[in-house]
Amino acid sequence: MTDLALEINNLEKTYAGGTRALNGVSLAVPQGDFFALLGPNGAGKTTLIGIVTGLVNSTAGTVSVFGIDAARSPEQSRATIGLVPQEVNVNPFEKPLDILVNQAGYYGISRAVAVPRAKQILKDLGLHDKGGMPSSQLSGGMKRRLMIARGIIHEPKLLILDEPTAGVDVELRRSMWDYLTGLTKKGVTIILTTHYLEEAEQLAKHVAIINKGDIVEQGTMEEVLAKHPSTPLGAGDEGKYRGGKLEEVFLKLTQNPT
Amino acid sequence: MTYYQKWISFYTIVRKDVLRMFRIWAQTFLPSVVTSALYFLVFGAFLGSKIGEVQGVPYVMFVVPGLVMLAVITNAYANTSFVMFSAKFFGRNIDEILVSPTPPWVLVSGYVAGGVIRGVLIGLIVLSVSLFFTHLTIHSLFVVVAFLVLTSIVFALAGLVNGVYAKSIDGINIVPTFVLTPLVYLGGVFYSADALPGIWGTITKFDPVFYVINGFRYGFLGTSDVPLLLSFGVLAAFALVFFGIAWYLIRTGLGLRQ
Ligand SMILES: Nc1ncnc2c1ncn2[C@@H]1O[C@H](COP(=O)(O)OP(=O)(O)OP(=O)(O)O)[C@@H](O)[C@H]1O
Ligand SMILES: [Mg+2]
Repeated sequence: MTDLALEINNLEKTYAGGTRALNGVSLAVPQGDFFALLGPNGAGKTTLIGIVTGLVNSTAGTVSVFGIDAARSPEQSRATIGLVPQEVNVNPFEKPLDILVNQAGYYGISRAVAVPRAKQILKDLGLHDKGGMPSSQLSGGMKRRLMIARGIIHEPKLLILDEPTAGVDVELRRSMWDYLTGLTKKGVTIILTTHYLEEAEQLAKHVAIINKGDIVEQGTMEEVLAKHPSTPLGAGDEGKYRGGKLEEVFLKLTQNPT
Repeated sequence: MTYYQKWISFYTIVRKDVLRMFRIWAQTFLPSVVTSALYFLVFGAFLGSKIGEVQGVPYVMFVVPGLVMLAVITNAYANTSFVMFSAKFFGRNIDEILVSPTPPWVLVSGYVAGGVIRGVLIGLIVLSVSLFFTHLTIHSLFVVVAFLVLTSIVFALAGLVNGVYAKSIDGINIVPTFVLTPLVYLGGVFYSADALPGIWGTITKFDPVFYVINGFRYGFLGTSDVPLLLSFGVLAAFALVFFGIAWYLIRTGLGLRQ
């Protein structure tokens, strides 16, 4: 038995068109962690998540989920993962309750178990009155919450969220974080990508920063912040927006040298 | 997954598809009723009397099995190709199954079962419509049912392969128009292949639809251009080959994963 929820070694991905998305990435996510995978647009975050969840074929390297080799035993490894994808991919004609119950079905959970569970999750995420309308009639933020509900319907041990808070208002974002930290307290491991760095700084225990297909930094949030002390204000920087500490570290590691 | 869990996943896929086809019955079931009624009218009432008898039965009785199979083939094919295509392109909700532990053979079987249900129902509907134009004799109910199911399986599988490969909506229209329709018309819907001169008679022997129609016609009339077992064998072989292709495509992710 391993104490890692996810272990990635030398993962490489070159897309069919020739785009190199990952150049040998290695990562370790401990069980029960709240792990932030950060990086600028096009860094390779979604690609990495796609490989872990079985939506993208890797070019080289290994992925193991709770000690299960994802390439050798894909079905076993997928059973432990829940995915909330970056792009909205709910069937517009289907109703939220059906989407959740069907998703549970793909994991082998009977309707008798799935229906009450789906209703509870819709309630927890503030969608209880939307269960019966076609999902095309949900707002953008509601669709995101529906995708979170879909990602947890089978009670995964590892929940991967690819920008779950994009387009979600402040109040809901807070309740979403409360909900997700509640899940980690129950032992669920969470990996998340986000471009809201203050959120990651507050919530994540571990962080990895990826840039152009390479991990440029990883460790506990404290370690990473301590390793890259704030740069003093330069002349003319007074009054400029500076963001949080993590934002500074992030920019320092991912900005192109000018 | 246990076998029971696989069954639940299979059932989920089939149930979703059946609910869908009944919800949009005017697109899935009605067109075949209209076109086959027209065919029966033209070939039975108008042309049939001029043509007289073929293989010892009135012409309309001779064409009924072929016209039923025409509808079965197009519907079984359209069902899986369209469902797979739309799951890939309208919101990409095929990912819902691809991230789950549902094994590829269960996914293939589930999609095909949906196509078979549509094919068999259409077959029964068109047969009922034909009763308004002629009476039917059934030589062997077993052969009728077996060919109805086997034909639906073969063409649902072919449609699934097409849907996985298709890169645009044209991709699922080209094959039916340029491959399926000629195969059906040359397969002997309207005539006995014995009547075809020289080379055409030989070419027909390579057309799977020829065996479909002959086997099915045998079930009603007790006459066939080829031995019944040969027709069975050819269709079973096509079913195995297409299942293998569909399974392989989904297993490796060709056309589905990046
Ligand atoms: N299906 C694809 N085919 C070809 N190239 C792709 C594909 N998907 C992603 N890429 C490329 O791979 C690289 C990494 O993309 P990826 O989506 O993983 O980035 P990301 O870190 O998730 O970015 P974002 O923050 O914008 O979501 C980019 O250069 C992108 O153009
Ligand atoms: Mg992304």
